[in-house]
Amino acid sequence: MAASGVALTPARKRLRRRERGLGYLLLIPSLLVFGVFVFWPLVHNAYLGFYRNPPFPGLPSTYVGFDQYKDVLTSQTFVDSVKTTFLFAVLTVPVGIAAGLALAILAHQQLKGIGIYRTFFSSTVATSVAVAAVIFGTLMNPSVGLLPWLGLTTNPTVLQNPDWALIAVAVVTVWQTLGLTFILMASGLQGVPDELYEAARVDGAGPWSRFWHVTLPMMSPTIFFAVVIGTIFAFQSFGQIDILTQGGPLKKTNVLTYFIYDTLQRQSDPGKAAVLAVALFLLTLILALAQIWLLERRVSYER
Amino acid sequence: MSADVAPLPAAHVPAADARAAETRALHRRKVWGKVGRYALLTVLAIIVLFPIYITIVNSLLKPVDITSRPPKLFPTDPQFGSYQDAWNAGHMGTYLKNSFIVTFLITVGQVLTAILAGYAFAFLQFPFKRVLFVVFLATLMVPFEVTIVTNVSTISDLGLYNSYAGLAVPFLATGFGAFLMRQAFLTLPHELRDAAALDGYGHWRFLWRVAVPLARPAVAALTVFAFLAAWNQYLWPLLITKDDELRTVQIGLKQLQQTSIDQINITFAGAIIAVVPLVILLLFFQKQLVRGLTAGAVKG
Repeated sequence: MAASGVALTPARKRLRRRERGLGYLLLIPSLLVFGVFVFWPLVHNAYLGFYRNPPFPGLPSTYVGFDQYKDVLTSQTFVDSVKTTFLFAVLTVPVGIAAGLALAILAHQQLKGIGIYRTFFSSTVATSVAVAAVIFGTLMNPSVGLLPWLGLTTNPTVLQNPDWALIAVAVVTVWQTLGLTFILMASGLQGVPDELYEAARVDGAGPWSRFWHVTLPMMSPTIFFAVVIGTIFAFQSFGQIDILTQGGPLKKTNVLTYFIYDTLQRQSDPGKAAVLAVALFLLTLILALAQIWLLERRVSYER
Repeated sequence: MSADVAPLPAAHVPAADARAAETRALHRRKVWGKVGRYALLTVLAIIVLFPIYITIVNSLLKPVDITSRPPKLFPTDPQFGSYQDAWNAGHMGTYLKNSFIVTFLITVGQVLTAILAGYAFAFLQFPFKRVLFVVFLATLMVPFEVTIVTNVSTISDLGLYNSYAGLAVPFLATGFGAFLMRQAFLTLPHELRDAAALDGYGHWRFLWRVAVPLARPAVAALTVFAFLAAWNQYLWPLLITKDDELRTVQIGLKQLQQTSIDQINITFAGAIIAVVPLVILLLFFQKQLVRGLTAGAVKG
């Protein structure tokens, strides 16, 4: 800033103005999309929640203030749905990360042909939620599926069993995300310097102690990232539930996203669906912030 | 050293004998350890791969053979007709085409908007830049599922219900993409811009001729990432399409499963058809995907 005291020449001023204009111009496409499809829905959802759907189609919806919020958010169905959503995250995230980390550690050794195993373990990244659900739905099918034949079944059959349906959907989810988790953990492991293991070995640390004192602390940023992203993913799970259980049996797999979809599409009740959407937004927001706050303090970033 | 030891026959020295036995035992243990590790890796690989393997096998069996017990684990007489049926009668050909079109639109749109926004945040000075950057990051905190109630009616109001545009428009920009490109552009030395300016390069020319080519790894990572996410979309296509003519692969697969319970081999063939494009993509671009994935995990 040598010229700080000196007035800008008209040419420089023009250049500045043009840079400013260009800056906004480049942001406009993104801002347009965000404005219409991200931020406006947040405002509009909150507003929609004030209007109750008419009892018969064709009639105007009525303004009810916070009544609908109160009704929906205190209903047993909503409370159960939130519980199911949390339970689903608890069933999928820790198991998925543990499995991905275990495979990554096993595949992180000097062995001939280990590359093939890495490819195998990351293979489910090519599947989608829908593909996984269709494959497993057939495998679990009581009349044609292989799993019942192997004795892996319950009575009533897994996907129609209130005690087992959510677990079954969780298993499908863990399998489908395993490739992704594996890739993430494997690349995290590559960042751990080999000298640390050497040093630990020289100090007489066994494999178990090396895992606890070297791998886990060094991997904590990756694991932290996986927990946060995994939880957000879990809260957004929809396809596997739509294909496998449609929220049933007895609403035991009625996670919030499915509840919103069901309310919006099948019950054609945008007001109620909007209230649920507001709740989902606040829930994920609080959860993400809480996780970041909680985990940031325990993660070691020293490298 | 070995020359010194060689004249002494090992068998005549008890200490050397014991040592040799010890080495042999150690060697044996190492071999067994190796075998054990391979065995463990193989068992785990089989567990992970089995659902995909059995899907391929079942897609090639006759429906009666799929239900035979014990199950057939190898297609001795492969029937490729199921793929033909899934493609034509099951409309998988149409669904695949739709998925490609929509995925292409979304990927191109996302990469373009991310390059533009990323450049603005990295190379230009303008008022409210920080605030606007926070706005971009804030979009990451809004799950798409939250917005569907309003977005379905917005798309209908715009006359885009049941159209390719309706499927693609909400995803033409992401905070993640802009963030990724900004980070990539920030690693470019600033003198580069000054030097280019001396050569008479305006911002626009500098962006496309210098900055984007140098940030190619990030562009590739974002492209693969966007493609994967767009290809696998489920909820939005389910909400916004009503015709088979516009259904994407993921929704089509669900449809296929519901219509052909008695021809289950066709469902399996459909699942494989839905996976093949991604397998091809990932075979070539796995490195880019890993980079895209881990971009967020690296300490910022």
